[in-house]
Amino acid sequence: MPEINVGAPVGAFVDWLTANFGPLFHAISTVMLVLLDAVLIVLTAPSPYIVILVLVALALLERKWGFGLFTLLAFLLILAMGLWVEAMQTLALVVVATLIAVAIGIPVGIWAARSRRVSNVVRPILDFMQTLPVFVYLIPAVFFFGIGAVPGVVATLVFAIPPAVRLTELGIRSVDKEVTEAAVAFGAKPRQMLREVQLPLAMPSIMAGVNQTLMLALSCVVIAGLVGSGGLGAVVVRGISTLDVGAGFEGGIAVVFLAIYLDRLTSALAKPRRRRTKARKAEAEPATADQPALVSS
Amino acid sequence: MTTQLRKAQTAAQNGSPAVEPAIQVTGLTKVYGPRGGSESKSGWFGGKKSEATKPKAAADEVSFSVAPGEFFVIMGLSGSGKSTVLRMLNRLVEPTSGELLIGGRDVATMPEGDLRELRNRKINMVFQHFALFPHRTVRENAAYALHVRNESAEKRAERADWALQTVGLGEWGDALPGELSGGMRQRVGLARALASDADILLMDEPFSALDPLIRRDMQDLLMTLQRDLRRTVVFVTHDLNEAMRMGDRIMIMRNGKVVQLGTAHEILNTPADDYVTEFISDVDRSRVLTAGTIMQAPLVTATEHDDPEDVLRRLSNVEGVGAYVLNDEGGIAGVTRVDLLAAAVGQQRTALGQLVTDEYRAVDADTPLADICALVGRNSVPLGVTDADGRLVGVVPRATLLAALATPGTADSAVVGARKDHDNA
Repeated sequence: MPEINVGAPVGAFVDWLTANFGPLFHAISTVMLVLLDAVLIVLTAPSPYIVILVLVALALLERKWGFGLFTLLAFLLILAMGLWVEAMQTLALVVVATLIAVAIGIPVGIWAARSRRVSNVVRPILDFMQTLPVFVYLIPAVFFFGIGAVPGVVATLVFAIPPAVRLTELGIRSVDKEVTEAAVAFGAKPRQMLREVQLPLAMPSIMAGVNQTLMLALSCVVIAGLVGSGGLGAVVVRGISTLDVGAGFEGGIAVVFLAIYLDRLTSALAKPRRRRTKARKAEAEPATADQPALVSS
Repeated sequence: MTTQLRKAQTAAQNGSPAVEPAIQVTGLTKVYGPRGGSESKSGWFGGKKSEATKPKAAADEVSFSVAPGEFFVIMGLSGSGKSTVLRMLNRLVEPTSGELLIGGRDVATMPEGDLRELRNRKINMVFQHFALFPHRTVRENAAYALHVRNESAEKRAERADWALQTVGLGEWGDALPGELSGGMRQRVGLARALASDADILLMDEPFSALDPLIRRDMQDLLMTLQRDLRRTVVFVTHDLNEAMRMGDRIMIMRNGKVVQLGTAHEILNTPADDYVTEFISDVDRSRVLTAGTIMQAPLVTATEHDDPEDVLRRLSNVEGVGAYVLNDEGGIAGVTRVDLLAAAVGQQRTALGQLVTDEYRAVDADTPLADICALVGRNSVPLGVTDADGRLVGVVPRATLLAALATPGTADSAVVGARKDHDNA
């Protein structure tokens, strides 16, 4: 059995990329840092109490009082544990990573839904991205972008893009074929059909994808603490490396609070909205119009 | 069926250049499969129908033409290719080969932009499962074609409300489709196709997802609308009773091929092969055939100015006992009988106008046979058949009625109206 060395060419390729595309990686790094800083400033410049009030207000938009109360208590606890800045750093990382993941994932998902060939190419790449252990690409990311938040975001993107692509494609493909035929039969252009029929009807599935992207991003930014991304990941890593179980647990519970908050907030968006007044009216007047008088007669 | 339409049909059948067919299809073929070219150009639909590995013609050299204003039914069981043929008419399914002319324009080779314009303005479609846009209100659904062609908001609302009024849903414009029952949703589907003023309506089993009572209502609604609006309709169904009830002409398909094309009467009386014969054995002939399709010319008619002695002689030549007396417009003035005439001849009276009784019954040409059974054979004259203006166009003697109700060949399956029309739904 001849020995095949797969690792050596990959290593050489990474070296070659680092040597030749340094300026490109530097530019990406700069843009991401600007984004991260912008989000972080918005989250940390005001008093923590004001930020907590805004987060609670967002929770109350869904009219669930229990969720609002949970938000208030959870973020007050994070503040009391002295992890406020770290939690906001993590939140900024997650928000930026999710925005970029969605900005890449949804268009790719749409493309894959339109073409069977694209779908066949994209699917194994997504499998690869989802199952390759994070550390395997976390280290090359450090080669490209240096220590800090950026390699964390990049590694998070690799991990978090697949559900956005998959659920967008699934959502568009599962729109009733007759309904898309109807749009075509009335002369809609492909782009118009996408905008007016396919995307609105696929929206619950797409929002479920965004929700999954968010959750995966949150689970990954903790691992990204290993490469100096800061935030709650750093707290957890420090706790583990100094065998301080209590500190590690504090970081961990703060991550869980963030996760529950973001999950509830976005999964509410995934549900199709109904116009309540209309629905009530329809129930009040059972369908009597099945035998309406003919106007034309 | 109006006489005007009959003329248009006859013209279409004879290929006469007087009336240009609305739709002219020659040798249209669709082959699904690896080499069948099933990859549609737009590629927007996820599911393709090509599951079989060997190419099979879903539609095989189908040719027909539809006259303007005609109600044309494509009839067949599932897998017969009827939906494929319908979808090729607006190229939702790309034909593999064949010629397709709509209003004289070649549609099969039309570029995308023209095709969209044609779909938007000329051919609209009604779907089996309604295919409404669930996130748009009923009014927005009805106005979709106008929305696509960028009409103003007022024009859209006006046309949509007109169409909704026409289908009897005037007050439901602000509702969402999810709040409506099945029958009402299909009314919206119909309104959506009517609002754009397209000449041609393609209907893909539009009523087969509805329960029987609602289906009957919808058929009546469509027939009423068709009487007023006179669109060219291509209607796909697997229900022969529905086909016979609604269609001016019916095309029966099997395995992608046309088995027979003709009027309900022609198909019932001269089925092309055993398949059609078996098919029509299920048909309730008394509901499908109308007085107009089986009526005969009256043997003797008289006018108000005729000489009683002359009329009496003509009647006795055919051994008749009575005759219709017509006024100057061709309407029925009354009926005269042999005994009245004989008495008049003896008394030297000459004006026939005074020798009439009203002992007759007359029906509209569209009346199904089921409704005239009770009227036939009661009077001295056969049942009269009149057109929309009240003119006598024919008569239905009792023997003619019985012959029409008996299925050719298999007398035991002559239908007496007990058959349900939805047993294959």
